[in-house]
Amino acid sequence: MPTVALFVTCLADQVYPDTGVSTVRLLEAAGCEVVFPEAQSCCGQPAINSGEPEAARRLAQRFVEVFEPFDAIVSPSGSCSGTVHHWYSRLVGESWRARAEAVAARTFELSQYLVDVLGAVDVGARVHETVTVHDACHGLRNLGVSGQPRALLRAAGATILEMSESETCCGFGGTFAVKHGEISGPLADDKLRHAAGTRAGYLVSTDGACLMHLAGRQRRTGVGPIPMHLADFLVRGLP
Amino acid sequence: MTHRVVLPGSTMAERSAASIADPEMQRALRNLDQRLHTARAVGEHHADWKDRVAAIRRETLADLDGWLERLQQKLESLGVTVHRAATPADARAVVLEIAQREGVRSVVKSKSMATEEIDLGDALTAAGITVVETDLGEYIVQIADERPSHMITPAIHKTLEQITEVLSREAGEHLPVEREALAAWARDHLRRCFLEADMGVTGANFVAADTGTIVVVTNEGNGRFCTSLPRIQVTVMPVEKVIPRFDDLGVLLPVLTMSATGQAMSNYLSMVTGPRREGEQDGPEQLHVIFLDHNRTALLGTPYEEMLACIRCGACLNVCPVYRRVGGHAYDAVYSGPMGKILTPLLSAGEEGTDLPYASSLCGACTEACPVEIPLADLLVRLRSDLRTPGSPATATAPDRTSATTRAPTHTRLPGEGFAWPEANAPLGARGAGKRTVRRTGFRTWGRVWASPTGYRASSGAGRLLARVLGRNGWAKRVPGLGGWTTSRDLPLPAAKSFRARWAERDAKESGW
Repeated sequence: MPTVALFVTCLADQVYPDTGVSTVRLLEAAGCEVVFPEAQSCCGQPAINSGEPEAARRLAQRFVEVFEPFDAIVSPSGSCSGTVHHWYSRLVGESWRARAEAVAARTFELSQYLVDVLGAVDVGARVHETVTVHDACHGLRNLGVSGQPRALLRAAGATILEMSESETCCGFGGTFAVKHGEISGPLADDKLRHAAGTRAGYLVSTDGACLMHLAGRQRRTGVGPIPMHLADFLVRGLP
Repeated sequence: MTHRVVLPGSTMAERSAASIADPEMQRALRNLDQRLHTARAVGEHHADWKDRVAAIRRETLADLDGWLERLQQKLESLGVTVHRAATPADARAVVLEIAQREGVRSVVKSKSMATEEIDLGDALTAAGITVVETDLGEYIVQIADERPSHMITPAIHKTLEQITEVLSREAGEHLPVEREALAAWARDHLRRCFLEADMGVTGANFVAADTGTIVVVTNEGNGRFCTSLPRIQVTVMPVEKVIPRFDDLGVLLPVLTMSATGQAMSNYLSMVTGPRREGEQDGPEQLHVIFLDHNRTALLGTPYEEMLACIRCGACLNVCPVYRRVGGHAYDAVYSGPMGKILTPLLSAGEEGTDLPYASSLCGACTEACPVEIPLADLLVRLRSDLRTPGSPATATAPDRTSATTRAPTHTRLPGEGFAWPEANAPLGARGAGKRTVRRTGFRTWGRVWASPTGYRASSGAGRLLARVLGRNGWAKRVPGLGGWTTSRDLPLPAAKSFRARWAERDAKESGW
C-alpha cells in the first residue's frame, strides 16, 4: 500500500477543509495510506508572484524539510504543486537545490497522482452528472494536468460537456485578482459564461483558488454551473 | 519619449477599466478570437521549426556584437550607410538630418514598431515633413491620431463602423461600411502618396549578416512600394533584428507568419540588398540603416536578454486573456500585451510602465504561445522583484555608447530553466521606498511566521476570529483593504474548523472519514 503525504495547501486547510477531506478519502479509496505532516503551511507562491523571493525561500526550504521523508507528496492543487516543480530549484539557493529537486520530483497534483502514478482511473466513485472542466493554468502548463481529471470523471460515469476556451485563465491570478479586480472580474464572467453555455450541472476544476474566485463572482451574478473541486465532486459518489 | 496617451497620468488599472466599459472596444476586440490558436499550430505541427528558430535567436544573441559588426561591413560593402543610434533621440536626429540635407518633403512609412518606439512620425511632422503610414491599419490609426494597439493588427481595437467614420472624414465623403470599398479608397489614396514621396522609411523583420539583406514582411505590398519608389530609403533596425545567415529565413519566416496570422507565408515579402545599382530600374539611390540600441545591449548577459529573441509576431498578445479584454491602448506603451509589459520597463531602464508587470494573472498562455520560447511569465515574476531593486538588471542603463558590447552573464543559468533567483535581495530603491518597505517587511514577517508550525496555527486562529466579524454563512461582501476583490466578488471566509483540526479529531478517534 503506497504511503502518501498530503500537502493540503493553506487555502484548503483554512477555507476549504472539505476538499482536504475529499482528497484523503479518494486516495484511501485508491488504496493509499495517507499521512498529514502537521508542520506544513504554504508553498510560498503568493510571495514569489509578488516579487518577494526571500520570504518565499523560507517557506520553500520549510516545505522541503517537512516533505523530504515521504515517497509521494500529493496536493489538491495544481498551482501549489506546480510552484514546487516550477520555482523551487531556482528559489531555494545553491545548497538546497538538489534536495528541492528531489522533493519536487515526488510532488503531484491529486488527479495526476491517481491517474499517472497509480493508474487508478476508477476509484470506485459513481457520479452520474454532467460536468464541464476548467483547466486551471498552473496545473495545465506547469504539470500537464488536462487528461487526468477528465479520465477520472469519465470513469465515475460523469458526462463531460466541454466548454469553449477551457484552457483560458479564469482571471484569478493571486494578488492580480485584488490589484486588477477590474480585469479579473470580467475574466470570471467570461469563464462562467462559457461554462453556462454547456448547460452542465457542475463546473469542475483541480484548483480551489480558481473555484473560490468563480464562486465568489457567481454569488453576485448567478451565472454558470455549480463550481466544485474535482475531489469534492468525485467523493460524493464513493460507496 | 512623447506618447499619444489615452488618459494622461492614468494607471493600467484605470485604463483597463475604461476599455472594459467601452462596448465598441469590446466588440472590436472579439476580432482577435480568430487568432487565438495561430501560435499553437506552429508548436503542434512544426515543433522542430520552433526549436530551430529559438536556437538561431540564441546563437545571434550570444555574439550580438560580432553579428552586427559583420552586418555593418557587409552593408557598407553594398553601398549602404550605417548609423548607430544609442537612444531614440539619436535615431530621430539621424533621420531628420538626412531628410533636411536631402530636401525631403514627404515620407512614406511601412509598418514598423521600431519607428513607433522612437516616435519618428511625430518628429518628422514637427519638422514640417508630410508623413504617411502606408499599412492600412497603421494609416487608420494615424489619421485617427491614435497609436497602434497591436503590433501586427494596429487597428484591431476599432470596429468596421468606426473605421468607416475615420476614413470617410479623411476622404471628405461618405464611404460605405464595407471592407472592400474602404480598402479600395485607401489603396487609391496611398498610391498617390507613394509616387510623391522622397523618402521611404521601413523597419526590418530580419537583416541577414552574411548578405546584408533587409527583410520586410507585409500582407499589403506597401513595403515593396516604400523600398522601390522613393529615392531615399531609411531602415530603422533594433540591434537584435540581425540574423546570422540569409538561409535562416527558411524557418524564421514561416514561424513568424504562422505565429502572427496563421499564414504559411505572408502575401508580400520585400528583400532589399543594397541601394539601386547601375542599370537597375527601381530601388533607392541612397539606403541608410540605423542600428537602434535603446537600452537593449544593457540586457545582454541578464535574464532579460531573452526579450531580445522576440520576433514581434504578436502571438503572446493574441492568447493573453488580459490583452484580449483590455486591448493595446490600456498599456499606454508602444509595445503592449505580455511582451510589452516586460519590454516597456526594460527599454526605459525602469522609468516607464512599472505597473505593467502586475497586470498579469501569470497564467502562462504567453510562454506557451511564444514561438521563440521566451519564458515570458517567469520574466514578469522576476521583474516584479527587480523593478524595486536598484542595481538590478531591470533598472540598468546601457552606458553611453554607440556599439553593442556583450557582457559577462550576471545571473546563474540553470540548464533549460532560465534564471535562478539571486540569493539575497538588494536594498529597496529610494523611489516610493516607504510603501515598498512596508510591503516587503510584511512578506518577510509572513514568511517567517508561516515557516513555523506554531506561528501558522496562531495566525490562522486569529484569521478565524476576524472572519466572524466580517461576514455570515461563510462569505463576506466587503473586506477592508480587499476592495479590489469584493467590488466584483464575494470572499469566502475561513471555515469554522481547519483541515488540520479535523485531521487531529480523526486521529484521536482512530477512525476513517
